[in-house]
Amino acid sequence: MKGRHEPAPGLLRRLDALARAAFPAVSTALLMVLVSAPVGLPSALPAVALACVFFWSLFRPAAMSPAVCFGIGLLQDLLAFAPLGIGILTMLVVHGFVLRLRRLLARQSFLVVWLAFAGFALGAALLGYLLQAGLNWRLPPPVPGVVFWVLCIGFYPAIAALLTRLHKAMQRAEDLA
Amino acid sequence: MIRLSIPLRQALSRLSLPVLVALAFGTMLIGKADTVLVDRARMALSDTLAPIYAVVAQPLGAVRGAVQEARLLWAMRAENARLREENDRLHRWQAAALSLESENTLLRRQLNLVPEAPASLRTARVVADAGGTYARAVLLATGPGAEIRKGQVALDERGLAGRVTEVGSRSARVLLVTDMNSRIPVTLEGSRARAIMAGTNGDEPRLQHWPEGTRPQEGERVVTSAEASVFPAGLPVGVVHWTEGGTAEVELFARLDRLDLLRIFDFGLTGILPPEAVARPEPRGRR
Repeated sequence: MKGRHEPAPGLLRRLDALARAAFPAVSTALLMVLVSAPVGLPSALPAVALACVFFWSLFRPAAMSPAVCFGIGLLQDLLAFAPLGIGILTMLVVHGFVLRLRRLLARQSFLVVWLAFAGFALGAALLGYLLQAGLNWRLPPPVPGVVFWVLCIGFYPAIAALLTRLHKAMQRAEDLA
Repeated sequence: MIRLSIPLRQALSRLSLPVLVALAFGTMLIGKADTVLVDRARMALSDTLAPIYAVVAQPLGAVRGAVQEARLLWAMRAENARLREENDRLHRWQAAALSLESENTLLRRQLNLVPEAPASLRTARVVADAGGTYARAVLLATGPGAEIRKGQVALDERGLAGRVTEVGSRSARVLLVTDMNSRIPVTLEGSRARAIMAGTNGDEPRLQHWPEGTRPQEGERVVTSAEASVFPAGLPVGVVHWTEGGTAEVELFARLDRLDLLRIFDFGLTGILPPEAVARPEPRGRR
Protein backbone atom coordinates (compact mmCIF):
# COMPACT_ATOMS: atom_id res chain seq x y z
CA MET A 1 0.00 0.00 0.00
CA LYS A 2 2.97 2.30 0.53
CA GLY A 3 3.87 4.83 -2.16
CA ARG A 4 0.40 4.92 -3.63
CA HIS A 5 -1.88 7.93 -3.47
CA GLU A 6 -4.98 7.58 -1.40
CA PRO A 7 -7.98 7.45 -3.76
CA ALA A 8 -10.02 10.64 -3.93
CA PRO A 9 -13.03 10.35 -1.62
CA GLY A 10 -16.05 9.31 -3.63
CA LEU A 11 -19.52 10.65 -3.15
CA LEU A 12 -20.68 7.67 -1.14
CA ARG A 13 -17.72 7.82 1.16
CA ARG A 14 -18.20 11.52 1.70
CA LEU A 15 -21.88 10.98 2.45
CA ASP A 16 -20.90 8.27 4.89
CA ALA A 17 -18.48 10.56 6.68
CA LEU A 18 -21.06 13.31 6.75
CA ALA A 19 -23.66 10.99 8.23
CA ARG A 20 -21.22 9.92 10.90
CA ALA A 21 -20.34 13.53 11.73
CA ALA A 22 -23.99 14.54 11.95
CA PHE A 23 -25.17 11.47 13.84
CA PRO A 24 -24.57 12.66 17.43
CA ALA A 25 -26.46 15.92 16.92
CA VAL A 26 -29.35 14.37 14.99
CA SER A 27 -29.77 11.37 17.29
CA THR A 28 -29.71 13.61 20.36
CA ALA A 29 -32.39 15.88 18.90
CA LEU A 30 -34.56 12.89 17.95
CA LEU A 31 -34.17 11.33 21.36
CA MET A 32 -35.18 14.60 22.98
CA VAL A 33 -38.33 14.80 20.87
CA LEU A 34 -39.23 11.19 21.72
CA VAL A 35 -38.58 11.63 25.43
CA SER A 36 -40.97 14.54 25.70
CA ALA A 37 -43.89 12.24 24.83
CA PRO A 38 -46.07 11.82 27.92
CA VAL A 39 -45.44 8.66 29.93
CA GLY A 40 -46.49 9.80 33.37
CA LEU A 41 -42.95 10.29 34.61
CA PRO A 42 -41.38 13.57 35.61
CA SER A 43 -39.97 15.20 32.50
CA ALA A 44 -36.78 13.36 31.55
CA LEU A 45 -35.96 15.72 28.72
CA PRO A 46 -33.19 17.81 30.38
CA ALA A 47 -31.56 14.70 31.85
CA VAL A 48 -31.43 12.89 28.51
CA ALA A 49 -30.13 15.96 26.69
CA LEU A 50 -27.42 16.48 29.30
CA ALA A 51 -26.32 12.83 29.17
CA CYS A 52 -26.05 12.90 25.37
CA VAL A 53 -24.11 16.17 25.31
CA PHE A 54 -21.78 14.90 28.02
CA PHE A 55 -21.14 11.60 26.27
CA TRP A 56 -20.48 12.99 22.81
CA SER A 57 -18.39 15.89 24.15
CA LEU A 58 -16.24 13.36 25.95
CA PHE A 59 -15.84 10.70 23.28
CA ARG A 60 -16.44 12.48 19.99
CA PRO A 61 -15.88 16.20 20.52
CA ALA A 62 -15.43 16.82 16.79
CA ALA A 63 -19.08 15.94 16.20
CA MET A 64 -20.37 17.78 19.29
CA SER A 65 -19.13 21.30 18.61
CA PRO A 66 -20.16 24.30 20.74
CA ALA A 67 -22.60 25.30 17.98
CA VAL A 68 -24.32 21.90 18.20
CA CYS A 69 -24.49 22.26 21.99
CA PHE A 70 -26.09 25.64 21.49
CA GLY A 71 -28.67 24.12 19.16
CA ILE A 72 -29.48 21.28 21.54
CA GLY A 73 -29.82 23.69 24.45
CA LEU A 74 -32.16 25.89 22.40
CA LEU A 75 -34.23 22.86 21.38
CA GLN A 76 -34.47 21.82 25.03
CA ASP A 77 -35.65 25.26 26.13
CA LEU A 78 -38.21 25.44 23.34
CA LEU A 79 -39.51 21.89 23.90
CA ALA A 80 -39.71 22.25 27.67
CA PHE A 81 -41.29 25.72 27.62
CA ALA A 82 -38.52 26.73 30.02
CA PRO A 83 -37.17 30.28 30.20
CA LEU A 84 -35.04 30.67 27.09
CA GLY A 85 -31.28 30.46 27.57
CA ILE A 86 -30.98 28.27 30.66
CA GLY A 87 -30.60 25.04 28.69
CA ILE A 88 -28.24 26.70 26.22
CA LEU A 89 -25.93 28.01 28.91
CA THR A 90 -25.97 24.71 30.82
CA MET A 91 -25.06 22.71 27.73
CA LEU A 92 -22.26 25.11 26.75
CA VAL A 93 -20.79 25.17 30.25
CA VAL A 94 -20.90 21.37 30.54
CA HIS A 95 -19.36 21.06 27.08
CA GLY A 96 -16.55 23.47 27.97
CA PHE A 97 -15.69 21.73 31.22
CA VAL A 98 -15.83 18.27 29.63
CA LEU A 99 -13.38 19.41 26.95
CA ARG A 100 -11.04 20.65 29.69
CA LEU A 101 -11.18 17.34 31.57
CA ARG A 102 -11.24 15.20 28.45
CA ARG A 103 -7.68 13.88 28.63
CA LEU A 104 -8.25 12.84 32.19
CA LEU A 105 -11.69 11.30 31.78
CA ALA A 106 -11.57 9.54 28.41
CA ARG A 107 -9.21 6.85 29.68
CA GLN A 108 -11.10 6.06 32.87
CA SER A 109 -13.43 3.17 33.52
CA PHE A 110 -17.19 3.49 33.12
CA LEU A 111 -17.73 3.84 36.85
CA VAL A 112 -15.41 6.81 37.15
CA VAL A 113 -17.01 8.48 34.13
CA TRP A 114 -20.42 7.89 35.68
CA LEU A 115 -19.29 9.50 38.92
CA ALA A 116 -17.86 12.41 36.98
CA PHE A 117 -21.17 12.73 35.16
CA ALA A 118 -22.97 12.78 38.50
CA GLY A 119 -20.73 15.70 39.45
CA PHE A 120 -21.48 17.47 36.18
CA ALA A 121 -25.21 16.86 36.61
CA LEU A 122 -25.06 18.32 40.11
CA GLY A 123 -23.33 21.37 38.70
CA ALA A 124 -25.91 21.63 35.92
CA ALA A 125 -28.77 21.32 38.42
CA LEU A 126 -27.25 24.05 40.60
CA LEU A 127 -26.65 26.29 37.59
CA GLY A 128 -30.21 25.71 36.37
CA TYR A 129 -31.56 26.49 39.85
CA LEU A 130 -29.57 29.72 40.11
CA LEU A 131 -30.50 30.86 36.61
CA GLN A 132 -34.16 30.02 37.22
CA ALA A 133 -34.05 32.04 40.44
CA GLY A 134 -32.26 34.91 38.70
CA LEU A 135 -34.57 35.03 35.70
CA ASN A 136 -37.84 34.76 37.63
CA TRP A 137 -36.55 36.82 40.54
CA ARG A 138 -37.83 34.37 43.12
CA LEU A 139 -36.56 31.13 44.60
CA PRO A 140 -37.93 28.02 42.85
CA PRO A 141 -38.54 24.93 45.00
CA PRO A 142 -35.38 22.81 45.28
CA VAL A 143 -37.06 19.41 44.79
CA PRO A 144 -37.31 19.53 40.97
CA GLY A 145 -33.58 20.21 40.78
CA VAL A 146 -32.89 17.16 42.93
CA VAL A 147 -35.25 15.07 40.79
CA PHE A 148 -33.41 16.27 37.69
CA TRP A 149 -30.09 15.24 39.23
CA VAL A 150 -31.35 11.79 40.21
CA LEU A 151 -32.88 11.30 36.76
CA CYS A 152 -29.54 12.25 35.18
CA ILE A 153 -27.67 9.70 37.25
CA GLY A 154 -30.30 7.03 36.60
CA PHE A 155 -30.52 7.58 32.85
CA TYR A 156 -26.81 7.80 32.18
CA PRO A 157 -25.89 4.07 32.22
CA ALA A 158 -28.65 3.16 29.74
CA ILE A 159 -27.84 6.04 27.40
CA ALA A 160 -24.10 5.44 27.72
CA ALA A 161 -24.50 1.73 26.94
CA LEU A 162 -26.43 2.53 23.77
CA LEU A 163 -24.13 5.34 22.66
CA THR A 164 -20.95 3.39 23.44
CA ARG A 165 -22.08 0.66 21.10
CA LEU A 166 -22.81 3.19 18.36
CA HIS A 167 -19.54 4.98 19.01
CA LYS A 168 -17.58 1.72 18.72
CA ALA A 169 -19.36 0.86 15.47
CA MET A 170 -18.53 4.27 14.05
CA GLN A 171 -14.91 3.87 15.11
CA ARG A 172 -14.70 0.54 13.33
CA ALA A 173 -16.14 2.11 10.18
CA GLU A 174 -13.58 4.90 10.41
CA ASP A 175 -10.73 2.43 10.82
CA LEU A 176 -11.88 0.59 7.71
CA ALA A 177 -12.22 3.76 5.66
CA MET B 1 -15.06 25.44 1.71
CA ILE B 2 -12.81 28.38 2.56
CA ARG B 3 -9.24 27.40 3.31
CA LEU B 4 -7.96 29.06 6.46
CA SER B 5 -4.49 28.95 7.90
CA ILE B 6 -4.14 26.52 10.79
CA PRO B 7 -3.43 29.12 13.54
CA LEU B 8 -6.42 31.17 12.43
CA ARG B 9 -8.65 28.13 12.46
CA GLN B 10 -7.42 27.19 15.93
CA ALA B 11 -8.06 30.68 17.18
CA LEU B 12 -11.57 30.58 15.72
CA SER B 13 -12.38 27.25 17.32
CA ARG B 14 -11.08 28.49 20.65
CA LEU B 15 -13.19 31.60 20.35
CA SER B 16 -16.42 29.86 19.42
CA LEU B 17 -17.24 28.66 22.96
CA PRO B 18 -16.98 32.08 24.67
CA VAL B 19 -18.86 33.73 21.81
CA LEU B 20 -21.65 31.15 22.07
CA VAL B 21 -21.80 31.56 25.87
CA ALA B 22 -22.23 35.30 25.32
CA LEU B 23 -24.91 34.47 22.75
CA ALA B 24 -26.66 32.28 25.35
CA PHE B 25 -26.88 35.27 27.68
CA GLY B 26 -28.18 37.24 24.72
CA THR B 27 -30.95 34.67 24.17
CA MET B 28 -31.79 34.89 27.85
CA LEU B 29 -32.26 38.62 27.48
CA ILE B 30 -34.37 38.17 24.35
CA GLY B 31 -36.47 35.57 26.16
CA LYS B 32 -37.02 38.07 28.97
CA ALA B 33 -37.64 41.08 26.72
CA ASP B 34 -39.73 39.72 23.85
CA THR B 35 -41.97 36.98 25.19
CA VAL B 36 -44.29 37.16 22.20
CA LEU B 37 -41.50 36.27 19.79
CA VAL B 38 -40.35 33.39 21.98
CA ASP B 39 -43.90 32.08 22.36
CA ARG B 40 -44.36 32.20 18.61
CA ALA B 41 -41.12 30.26 18.09
CA ARG B 42 -42.23 27.68 20.65
CA MET B 43 -45.64 27.18 19.14
CA ALA B 44 -44.12 26.94 15.64
CA LEU B 45 -41.87 24.15 16.89
CA SER B 46 -44.72 22.37 18.68
CA ASP B 47 -46.91 22.72 15.59
CA THR B 48 -44.27 20.99 13.49
CA LEU B 49 -43.73 18.28 16.08
CA ALA B 50 -47.39 17.66 16.95
CA PRO B 51 -47.96 15.11 14.13
CA ILE B 52 -44.80 13.23 15.18
CA TYR B 53 -45.98 13.17 18.76
CA ALA B 54 -49.38 11.95 17.67
CA VAL B 55 -47.74 9.04 15.82
CA VAL B 56 -45.47 8.20 18.75
CA ALA B 57 -48.32 8.43 21.24
CA GLN B 58 -50.15 5.50 19.69
CA PRO B 59 -47.61 2.72 20.40
CA LEU B 60 -46.92 4.29 23.79
CA GLY B 61 -50.61 4.27 24.53
CA ALA B 62 -50.84 0.63 23.43
CA VAL B 63 -48.05 -0.38 25.80
CA ARG B 64 -49.61 1.54 28.65
CA GLY B 65 -52.98 -0.01 27.85
CA ALA B 66 -51.51 -3.52 27.91
CA VAL B 67 -49.88 -2.93 31.28
CA GLN B 68 -53.11 -1.57 32.68
CA GLU B 69 -55.06 -4.49 31.22
CA ALA B 70 -52.75 -6.96 32.95
CA ARG B 71 -53.12 -5.13 36.23
CA LEU B 72 -56.90 -5.09 35.83
CA LEU B 73 -57.07 -8.81 35.17
CA TRP B 74 -55.01 -9.37 38.28
CA ALA B 75 -57.40 -7.42 40.43
CA MET B 76 -60.63 -8.52 38.72
CA ARG B 77 -62.23 -10.39 41.60
CA ALA B 78 -61.75 -7.74 44.22
CA GLU B 79 -62.76 -5.13 41.66
CA ASN B 80 -65.96 -7.00 40.92
CA ALA B 81 -67.03 -7.12 44.55
CA ARG B 82 -66.20 -3.46 44.97
CA LEU B 83 -68.16 -2.54 41.85
CA ARG B 84 -71.23 -4.44 42.98
CA GLU B 85 -71.16 -2.64 46.29
CA GLU B 86 -70.58 0.68 44.56
CA ASN B 87 -73.41 0.01 42.14
CA ASP B 88 -75.81 -0.50 45.04
CA ARG B 89 -74.67 2.74 46.57
CA LEU B 90 -74.94 4.63 43.29
CA HIS B 91 -78.46 3.36 42.72
CA ARG B 92 -79.46 4.98 45.96
CA TRP B 93 -77.69 8.17 44.94
CA GLN B 94 -79.37 8.11 41.57
CA ALA B 95 -82.73 8.09 43.21
CA ALA B 96 -81.65 11.00 45.39
CA ALA B 97 -80.31 12.89 42.36
CA LEU B 98 -83.51 12.37 40.39
CA SER B 99 -85.65 13.70 43.19
CA LEU B 100 -83.29 16.63 43.70
CA GLU B 101 -83.33 17.40 39.99
CA SER B 102 -87.09 17.56 39.88
CA GLU B 103 -87.10 19.71 42.99
CA ASN B 104 -84.46 21.95 41.41
CA THR B 105 -86.46 22.51 38.22
CA LEU B 106 -89.51 23.27 40.32
CA LEU B 107 -87.65 25.87 42.37
CA ARG B 108 -86.02 27.40 39.31
CA ARG B 109 -89.37 27.82 37.66
CA GLN B 110 -90.56 29.69 40.72
CA LEU B 111 -87.49 31.95 40.86
CA ASN B 112 -87.17 32.80 37.14
CA LEU B 113 -83.45 32.03 37.31
CA VAL B 114 -81.40 33.23 34.33
CA PRO B 115 -79.75 30.07 33.02
CA GLU B 116 -76.01 30.10 32.28
CA ALA B 117 -74.93 30.01 28.65
CA PRO B 118 -74.36 26.47 27.44
CA ALA B 119 -70.70 25.61 27.08
CA SER B 120 -69.21 24.28 23.90
CA LEU B 121 -66.42 21.79 24.14
CA ARG B 122 -63.79 20.20 22.01
CA THR B 123 -61.80 17.12 22.88
CA ALA B 124 -58.09 16.98 22.13
CA ARG B 125 -55.45 14.34 22.57
CA VAL B 126 -52.51 14.94 24.89
CA VAL B 127 -49.44 14.31 22.79
CA ALA B 128 -46.49 15.62 24.76
CA ASP B 129 -45.30 16.67 28.15
CA ALA B 130 -44.62 20.38 27.69
CA GLY B 131 -43.27 20.91 31.18
CA GLY B 132 -39.63 21.12 32.03
CA THR B 133 -37.84 20.74 35.32
CA TYR B 134 -39.77 23.64 36.82
CA ALA B 135 -43.15 23.45 35.08
CA ARG B 136 -46.18 21.19 34.81
CA ALA B 137 -47.88 21.42 31.43
CA VAL B 138 -49.03 19.26 28.53
CA LEU B 139 -49.23 19.78 24.80
CA LEU B 140 -52.43 19.01 22.89
CA ALA B 141 -52.71 18.15 19.22
CA THR B 142 -55.76 20.17 18.22
CA GLY B 143 -55.92 19.78 14.49
CA PRO B 144 -56.34 22.72 12.13
CA GLY B 145 -59.50 24.81 12.41
CA ALA B 146 -60.13 24.02 16.07
CA GLU B 147 -61.38 27.10 17.84
CA ILE B 148 -59.14 27.02 20.86
CA ARG B 149 -58.18 30.25 22.55
CA LYS B 150 -56.05 31.29 25.45
CA GLY B 151 -57.74 31.07 28.82
CA GLN B 152 -60.11 28.23 27.98
CA VAL B 153 -60.62 25.57 30.61
CA ALA B 154 -59.33 22.02 30.27
CA LEU B 155 -61.00 19.12 32.10
CA ASP B 156 -60.26 15.44 31.97
CA GLU B 157 -63.08 12.96 32.50
CA ARG B 158 -63.03 13.47 36.27
CA GLY B 159 -62.28 17.10 36.97
CA LEU B 160 -60.39 20.29 36.35
CA ALA B 161 -56.96 19.81 34.77
CA GLY B 162 -55.76 23.28 33.77
CA ARG B 163 -56.02 26.25 31.43
CA VAL B 164 -54.87 26.86 27.87
CA THR B 165 -51.90 29.21 27.94
CA GLU B 166 -50.48 29.09 24.42
CA VAL B 167 -52.19 28.32 21.15
CA GLY B 168 -50.62 27.42 17.84
CA SER B 169 -52.31 26.44 14.62
CA ARG B 170 -52.12 22.71 15.32
CA SER B 171 -51.26 22.48 18.98
CA ALA B 172 -52.07 24.12 22.27
CA ARG B 173 -50.34 24.13 25.63
CA VAL B 174 -52.29 23.57 28.81
CA LEU B 175 -50.80 24.74 32.09
CA LEU B 176 -51.84 22.18 34.69
CA VAL B 177 -53.26 23.24 38.04
CA THR B 178 -50.26 21.66 39.77
CA ASP B 179 -47.85 24.11 38.13
CA MET B 180 -46.10 26.59 40.38
CA ASN B 181 -47.60 29.51 38.45
CA SER B 182 -51.18 28.30 38.69
CA ARG B 183 -53.55 30.16 41.05
CA ILE B 184 -57.17 29.15 40.87
CA PRO B 185 -60.11 30.68 42.72
CA VAL B 186 -62.07 27.87 44.37
CA THR B 187 -65.06 27.43 46.65
CA LEU B 188 -65.17 24.97 49.53
CA GLU B 189 -68.45 23.23 48.92
CA GLY B 190 -69.39 22.65 52.54
CA SER B 191 -68.90 26.15 53.92
CA ARG B 192 -69.19 28.07 50.60
CA ALA B 193 -65.97 29.84 51.65
CA ARG B 194 -63.70 31.15 48.91
CA ALA B 195 -60.03 30.20 48.73
CA ILE B 196 -57.14 30.12 46.30
CA MET B 197 -55.66 26.85 45.10
CA ALA B 198 -51.98 27.36 44.38
CA GLY B 199 -49.84 24.86 42.47
CA THR B 200 -46.52 23.79 43.93
CA ASN B 201 -45.18 21.59 41.11
CA GLY B 202 -45.99 18.69 43.43
CA ASP B 203 -48.85 16.27 42.97
CA GLU B 204 -51.27 18.13 45.21
CA PRO B 205 -51.79 21.89 45.03
CA ARG B 206 -52.14 23.86 48.21
CA LEU B 207 -55.13 25.79 49.55
CA GLN B 208 -54.47 29.37 50.57
CA HIS B 209 -56.25 32.48 51.74
CA TRP B 210 -59.44 30.97 53.10
CA PRO B 211 -61.40 33.38 55.28
CA GLU B 212 -60.70 33.54 58.99
CA GLY B 213 -62.77 31.10 60.99
CA THR B 214 -63.74 28.69 58.19
CA ARG B 215 -61.08 26.07 58.31
CA PRO B 216 -61.31 23.69 55.33
CA GLN B 217 -62.53 20.32 56.57
CA GLU B 218 -60.73 17.11 55.68
CA GLY B 219 -62.54 15.48 52.76
CA GLU B 220 -64.55 18.57 51.87
CA ARG B 221 -65.23 18.93 48.16
CA VAL B 222 -63.48 21.79 46.34
CA VAL B 223 -65.08 23.29 43.23
CA THR B 224 -64.15 26.25 41.05
CA SER B 225 -65.47 29.67 41.91
CA ALA B 226 -66.84 32.13 39.37
CA GLU B 227 -64.96 35.00 40.93
CA ALA B 228 -62.64 36.81 38.50
CA SER B 229 -64.81 35.26 35.76
CA VAL B 230 -62.14 32.86 34.64
CA PHE B 231 -64.01 29.68 35.47
CA PRO B 232 -67.70 28.96 35.76
CA ALA B 233 -68.79 28.12 39.28
CA GLY B 234 -68.95 24.51 40.34
CA LEU B 235 -66.47 22.60 38.18
CA PRO B 236 -65.22 19.67 40.27
CA VAL B 237 -61.62 20.12 41.38
CA GLY B 238 -60.89 17.77 44.26
CA VAL B 239 -61.21 17.16 47.98
CA VAL B 240 -59.39 18.81 50.87
CA HIS B 241 -56.61 16.83 52.48
CA TRP B 242 -54.60 17.99 55.49
CA THR B 243 -50.99 16.89 55.47
CA GLU B 244 -49.15 15.86 58.59
CA GLY B 245 -47.22 19.10 58.35
CA GLY B 246 -50.46 21.03 58.78
CA THR B 247 -50.96 22.40 55.27
CA ALA B 248 -54.28 22.11 53.48
CA GLU B 249 -53.87 20.44 50.12
CA VAL B 250 -56.31 19.45 47.41
CA GLU B 251 -56.43 15.86 46.24
CA LEU B 252 -57.38 16.40 42.63
CA PHE B 253 -60.11 14.41 40.90
CA ALA B 254 -58.25 14.75 37.60
CA ARG B 255 -55.51 12.21 37.10
CA LEU B 256 -52.81 14.57 35.91
CA ASP B 257 -50.12 11.91 35.75
CA ARG B 258 -51.95 9.95 33.09
CA LEU B 259 -53.75 12.41 30.88
CA ASP B 260 -54.87 11.01 27.53
CA LEU B 261 -57.71 13.21 26.39
CA LEU B 262 -58.63 16.65 27.59
CA ARG B 263 -61.93 18.40 27.01
CA ILE B 264 -61.38 22.07 26.25
CA PHE B 265 -64.44 24.05 27.30
CA ASP B 266 -65.41 27.43 25.96
CA PHE B 267 -67.57 29.05 28.60
CA GLY B 268 -67.37 32.41 26.88
CA LEU B 269 -65.60 33.93 29.86
CA THR B 270 -63.12 36.74 29.36
CA GLY B 271 -61.57 36.97 32.78
CA ILE B 272 -57.92 37.44 33.61
CA LEU B 273 -55.75 36.64 30.63
CA PRO B 274 -52.03 37.09 30.06
CA PRO B 275 -51.14 40.72 29.23
CA GLU B 276 -50.56 40.34 25.50
CA ALA B 277 -53.99 38.78 25.06
CA VAL B 278 -55.62 41.75 26.78
CA ALA B 279 -53.94 44.19 24.38
CA ARG B 280 -55.77 42.81 21.37
CA PRO B 281 -59.06 41.17 22.31
CA GLU B 282 -60.21 38.64 19.76
CA PRO B 283 -63.76 38.88 18.48
CA ARG B 284 -65.85 35.99 19.66
CA GLY B 285 -68.32 34.35 17.35
CA ARG B 286 -71.95 34.73 18.42
CA ARG B 287 -73.91 31.60 18.98
